[in-house]
Amino acid sequence: MIHRMPITRRAALAGLGSVLAAPAIRPSFAQAAPIRVGVLHSLSGTMAISETALRDTVLMMVEAQNAAGGILGRRLEAVVVDPASNWPLFAEKARELLAVSRVDVTFGCWTSVSRKSVLPVFEELNGLLFYPVQYEGEEESKNIFYTGAAPNQQAIPAVEYLMSADGGEAKRIALLGTDYVYPRTTNRILRAFLNSKGIADADIMEEYTPFGHSDWQGIVSRVKRFAGEGKRTAIVSTINGDANVPFYRELGNQGIKAEDIPSVAFSVGEEELAGIDARPLVGHLAAWNYFMSVDSPANTQFKAMWQSYIKNPRRVTNDPMEATFVGFKMWAQAVAKAGTTAVDPVRTAIIGQKVDAPCGYTLEMHANHHLSKPVMIGEIEANGQFNIVWKTPNAIPAENWSPFIPENANRRRG
Amino acid sequence: MKHSVLIFLMVLALALPARAQDAFTAGLTGLGTSFNQTAEAVDRLGASGDPRALPLLRALADGRLLRQADGALLIRDGAGAIDAMSGARAEAGGAEPVRLNNRVRVALRGALGRLQLLSPDQAERQAAAEAVFRSRSAENVPLLEAALARETVPAIRARMALALAASRLMASDAADKLLGVTALGATASPEARAVLLEFRSANPDIAPQIDEAVVAIDQRLALRRAAETLFQGLSLGSVLLLAALGLAVTFGVMGVINMAHGEFVMLGAYTTFVVQEALRDIPALQPWSLPLAVPAAFLITAACGAAMERGLIRHLYGRPLETLLMTFGVGMMIQQAVRLAFGAQNREIISPSWMQGTLMLPGDIAVTQNRLWILAFSLVVLALTVAAIRFTRFGLEMRAVTQKRAIAASMGIRTGRVDALTFAFGSGIAGIAGVALSQIDNVSPNLGTGYIIDSFLVVVFGGVGSLAGTLVGAFGLGIINKVLEPWAGAVLAKVFVLVAVMLFIQRKPRGLFAQKGRAAEA
Repeated sequence: MIHRMPITRRAALAGLGSVLAAPAIRPSFAQAAPIRVGVLHSLSGTMAISETALRDTVLMMVEAQNAAGGILGRRLEAVVVDPASNWPLFAEKARELLAVSRVDVTFGCWTSVSRKSVLPVFEELNGLLFYPVQYEGEEESKNIFYTGAAPNQQAIPAVEYLMSADGGEAKRIALLGTDYVYPRTTNRILRAFLNSKGIADADIMEEYTPFGHSDWQGIVSRVKRFAGEGKRTAIVSTINGDANVPFYRELGNQGIKAEDIPSVAFSVGEEELAGIDARPLVGHLAAWNYFMSVDSPANTQFKAMWQSYIKNPRRVTNDPMEATFVGFKMWAQAVAKAGTTAVDPVRTAIIGQKVDAPCGYTLEMHANHHLSKPVMIGEIEANGQFNIVWKTPNAIPAENWSPFIPENANRRRG
Repeated sequence: MKHSVLIFLMVLALALPARAQDAFTAGLTGLGTSFNQTAEAVDRLGASGDPRALPLLRALADGRLLRQADGALLIRDGAGAIDAMSGARAEAGGAEPVRLNNRVRVALRGALGRLQLLSPDQAERQAAAEAVFRSRSAENVPLLEAALARETVPAIRARMALALAASRLMASDAADKLLGVTALGATASPEARAVLLEFRSANPDIAPQIDEAVVAIDQRLALRRAAETLFQGLSLGSVLLLAALGLAVTFGVMGVINMAHGEFVMLGAYTTFVVQEALRDIPALQPWSLPLAVPAAFLITAACGAAMERGLIRHLYGRPLETLLMTFGVGMMIQQAVRLAFGAQNREIISPSWMQGTLMLPGDIAVTQNRLWILAFSLVVLALTVAAIRFTRFGLEMRAVTQKRAIAASMGIRTGRVDALTFAFGSGIAGIAGVALSQIDNVSPNLGTGYIIDSFLVVVFGGVGSLAGTLVGAFGLGIINKVLEPWAGAVLAKVFVLVAVMLFIQRKPRGLFAQKGRAAEA
């Protein structure tokens, strides 16, 4: 009887992959198995505009780490999957990474809905996820490290800025967002914050649109009308993904200038602006913890590293890329300190790790799995970069359980 | 004694021009340091009325004002730079552009407005009137009165009168204030309404007059708002019409459920991008890239459609479920192929200048240019489609094959060829739709997926096989959506529309305009 080995599709793909992924020169590694780094970012669908660059950032870090001798003498190997902006698929792909590919760490997710979708998987299989995007807080998983901003590190300072003399003393706020958990929770926190600052509910407008929304004419003209009630008005945008492009185009076409109705966005960075003509948007704001225009030695290095990796001297960097960079470095330091890639020791070793971040500050991982971060407000410039008009003097610790949500009162005491 | 008088006179003579210089020089203090100080300096310069202030402020607004480390200000012109004080040529090395924030921009707009009210250039006076209206201060009243007395262009006069009324509100004199309230109340301007409301809280004594003025403005605005909502509905309808028109041919006339229809739309949008990039080096043709993309997109998507019909669909006629699955798969393949060829990132399509900004229709109804063009374009495409079906030989054969294939074949019509051409025609229209949609949506590989459901909705709602139904269905759904949106929100409005269409289809399964055809008989 002849026993034939069937060549499965998976085996064929794996073989092809290893052929493609074998560059000529590489530092020699011991025979130990490689450390596997999962990359869980959408490479297609509505979030691809934002997430593709994050995949490339992780790949860049893996390459750099290997060039520097790997970690613990072991080579790093990236395992890339495409959850295709499809939230349930995120959970499936996460399970595949943990159970089939057996990755030691995963960098991934952009939208909160995708993170919520993978969280139970990471907790069940005791994985390790680094989440690099600013989010709404109200979460603290032992298996997730949050390297983006919590609301008190982005949303609240941004709204405070809009209400300050420099920001235009806004007395009326239009909260526009994509319809999912991040904008809704952030706006709930912002509404409570605005109420505490004496802004009545009548002076707050809240509107949500589906992902990928492209017809903004009605909403933008309603904002115009909302602004015509005799009080200085500002827009706070939690619009996510490529819906931002038609939104800004409509603002420009309807002649809304930043001098009249400034808008501050929490999900629009250099990468998103690369796809549009930024001239009509000059003066509109974004709040982040890092801008490409930050002037620091670490940032100069980071930009050079990115542009030479991607072989394009005009490619931009942005905040979630920086957060990915910082998260990766902290993880690498923690693995080195723990002497193993096992999840539990790494999780303990990472608390207190410090990284000189491109944002120009030294960031520290705290016990609540969040980073201390500086807050920066930037104005969009005609070339798609940001002019930093305000920033905090120090990195501030994250309040992932917002004091503006009443249910959190017990939690903070307890 | 005589000597000291002489010295005194000499000092005075020297000091006079020096003092005049000082107002300007002193005004410059702090410019280019902190945002606050820059804004204050801009205010001082605007109030000074000094002729040297205007070029300086203009340079600041354009980002051409540079500040050297020692505090000297330079204005960049072309390759070199001139000193802002002396006008002498200077070396710009090491100088940094003075940065702006919104606070400085607001100050700058007010200052430039004051300085340009009497400008010989019409556009500048218009902008100045607009700026002074927004910066409104009592000090501007005499300035505006003088400008108004000289102004001859009616549109600018109207704007200046509005600015004057708004500035009067800021005066200390109660009679002046009332004059301002009355003048603003006589307009139909949302900005005037906003100014009045802002003014109301600070002046409770004349609140009744202000309320009266606001009510008067509201009445005039109500009609305009209704017209704007109608336009938004028509605009959404035109997008739906464009997306659905090709489907009305392939699905409506031929009965093929083509799930790759959205991908043909997307291919049209990418064709626009390719045409734009190809013309990048030919400046003369650049403004025409969008019109040129229309035939290009039609031909390319029509060719894809013909290939798909001949290669795949014709083998599946009469098996709708298989056709649906097969075209869905082809759609995914097209999407992924485009993603591999062009990348996952959105591609930037530059809007020609005639498609940017807002157009004021009579009655001050504001419509955005790009949407207006697309509305007109969708009607032209519809008219051409109807003409092609009604008045050409191809259209005649197409209708003959649709109505009775066997008889058409026995009359000598090559039905297979007609099928291919019909499908190519429908796909080509989808490509044309893609050219238009590239102006308002993101050109990304998943552009089409957003439109496929809406397209089917329109065709089914309007009546399968009826172009008139598609027209009415598209505009009907667009307007209903936009009327619902203000009070239901964008997400719920869409849900309501879907529920309404479902209920409607329950009652009239063949849609608004039931038609005879292969699909209708099936």
